[in-house]
Amino acid sequence: MVNLILDTGNHMVGHAVRAARVQVIAAYPITPQTSIVEHLATMVETAKLKARYICVESEHSALAACVGASYVGARTFTATSSQGLAYMHEMLHWTSGSRLPIVMAVVNRALGPPWNIWVDHTDSLSQRDTGWIQIYCSSNQEIFDTIIQCYKACESPEVSLPAMVCLEGVTLSHTLMPAIIPEQFEIDEYLPPYRPAATLNPERPKTFSNIFKPEDYMRLRHEMDRAMVRATKILEEAADEYSTHFGLRHHGGLVERYRLEGAEAAIVALGGLASEAKVAVDQLRMRGLKVGLLRVRVFRPFPKEDVRRLAENLRFIIVLDRDISFGMEGILYTEVKASLYDLSERPSLAGFIVGLGGVDVKSSEIADLVTKSMEGKFKGTVWVEV
Amino acid sequence: MSIKGLPRREFILPGTAACPGCGLTLALRHVLKALGDRTILVVPAGCTSVIQGVAPNSSFAVPTLNIAFAASAAAASGIVNGLDAQGIRGVNVAVWAGDGGTADIGIQALSGAAERMTDMIYFCCDNESYMNTGIQRSSSTPPGAWTTTTPTGKREPKKDMPLIMAAHKIPYIATACSSYPIDLNSKVEEAKNIRGTRYIHILAPCPTGWRYPSERTVEVGRLAVETGLWPLYKIRDGRFEISIQSKPLLKESRRRPVKEYLEAQGRFSHLTQSEIDNIQGIVSAMWERLSLMDNKDIFKGW
Repeated sequence: MVNLILDTGNHMVGHAVRAARVQVIAAYPITPQTSIVEHLATMVETAKLKARYICVESEHSALAACVGASYVGARTFTATSSQGLAYMHEMLHWTSGSRLPIVMAVVNRALGPPWNIWVDHTDSLSQRDTGWIQIYCSSNQEIFDTIIQCYKACESPEVSLPAMVCLEGVTLSHTLMPAIIPEQFEIDEYLPPYRPAATLNPERPKTFSNIFKPEDYMRLRHEMDRAMVRATKILEEAADEYSTHFGLRHHGGLVERYRLEGAEAAIVALGGLASEAKVAVDQLRMRGLKVGLLRVRVFRPFPKEDVRRLAENLRFIIVLDRDISFGMEGILYTEVKASLYDLSERPSLAGFIVGLGGVDVKSSEIADLVTKSMEGKFKGTVWVEV
Repeated sequence: MSIKGLPRREFILPGTAACPGCGLTLALRHVLKALGDRTILVVPAGCTSVIQGVAPNSSFAVPTLNIAFAASAAAASGIVNGLDAQGIRGVNVAVWAGDGGTADIGIQALSGAAERMTDMIYFCCDNESYMNTGIQRSSSTPPGAWTTTTPTGKREPKKDMPLIMAAHKIPYIATACSSYPIDLNSKVEEAKNIRGTRYIHILAPCPTGWRYPSERTVEVGRLAVETGLWPLYKIRDGRFEISIQSKPLLKESRRRPVKEYLEAQGRFSHLTQSEIDNIQGIVSAMWERLSLMDNKDIFKGW
């Protein structure tokens, strides 16, 4: 038995949090994440969700409260956007360094100044090195599935790392789409309660995170890196088990491949921007151009092998970045290039900075960038301004 | 109660990395004795992060969470709610922070947690400077005091944290001093049995930063109280009550001159007579205010 519902991306987050039986939520409102916290607080107050909701006074405290709750063994959740995520930065490191499987929804929004509440990926991508798993969603069903799967994978003792489930502000967060919600008992079978190995417990007093010697600190950091690499496999296993268990459309590979059969060129992009690129691929295919798409779902750990396999038979890779690392290039573009570096033969690469701060990116514009790249008109990084 | 009546069990084990004569460690020893083993301690950055010792060892016998500087009260909120969500009862969730972690960088999280009436005991162990980083001024540094960032003496007043906490209308606020373990014990015992946010502000002399010989910690703390500079009191459900150690000081004649306290410490050695007179004046004015609040419900109409 499943339920088909129609709801926004933000509300789908709340449905997933309820289905995952999250015990402690601490969050602070920020546009465009706000309807997540309103939905969660309402579900808690009306006893539809048996959890504690902490109305914290800041995002820094939101994540600190999740850290405290997770340390005593509670399943925890928070959600933020943009400035809020930036304000959490210190606690992002504290969470991953503490190896806590906290799951957070990040509703991608541009960072100020100047004020801008529209979509941009720089907020979460600039938290790349904080030790969090990062997954970018492109539909409301995927948001639901990914949150459930993240608890499963993050709470695995082989991973023990937090995850950001990213969805684009407005375009995904506030858009109604249908999604299938499995029965609660089925979700409970898939996702058992959180049982951490060590907690803050008066029966077994332990001191957490006091001073470590340099050698021990480095060993811990190496172990975090190994856990992130292991997460590559565990995330795929969690998704496979999800598919088998619920018999639902598979959401959970590290990447999504779209019309790559016999492709000469591939677009690489994240989230809803990749959805728009799918339309461009269809248009280009109709015109006889052999173009496909690789949507990077999991940005950390980065799907290096998938990108390398993709490059083997291609002549062109076109990377779309709704983000910028100032003075360098698009952040996804850097990652793609780094993954390909030691291949003996590499396709021709072009990286486009598009859609910052909510600038609309149309499929026809993407198609144009692809055709011009295939004609050799673009190389390196290009800013696409309107 | 006499000193012999204090609990025997120790929760600070031998091998701490504290300086000799550390008032903070003395205060924490008595706080943990009073809290007992059903306690979870949250510690932000500060001397206490170091005093625990180096992993995999720890000199603390209660479960302890070290957390980022600004985050301790918020982390305690999470612990309280996490325990509650799992039906775990009867655990004292306590924050042990310094004056910097309380009055400066941690004040937002503390104010938020207090406003939410988080069921925790928050201890501010006040050694009146950032001692762990090497004696830099905090907002809790008293006027006149030398620190490495106030090399000619601080010019501004000491932030009044206990009354800031009183403005949150929490059920229990108290001041204490590491030189008065029986008073400290009775206040922790009282706080333990109240629900909601409880705040205890402990003055803890620091030989390293206050510049006095390490064997004089208890004596310097007593001088702080006996001169009237550090009044001991509690506010229970709004009722302000000066503690018996400080009560006689309502009479000005019973207060020792502040000069005795200031002269005992190198951090005040540069003060001129007129600066000392000025501090004496601050103390007199403070006691006039205290006498108006004593035995009154200060929350009434506030």
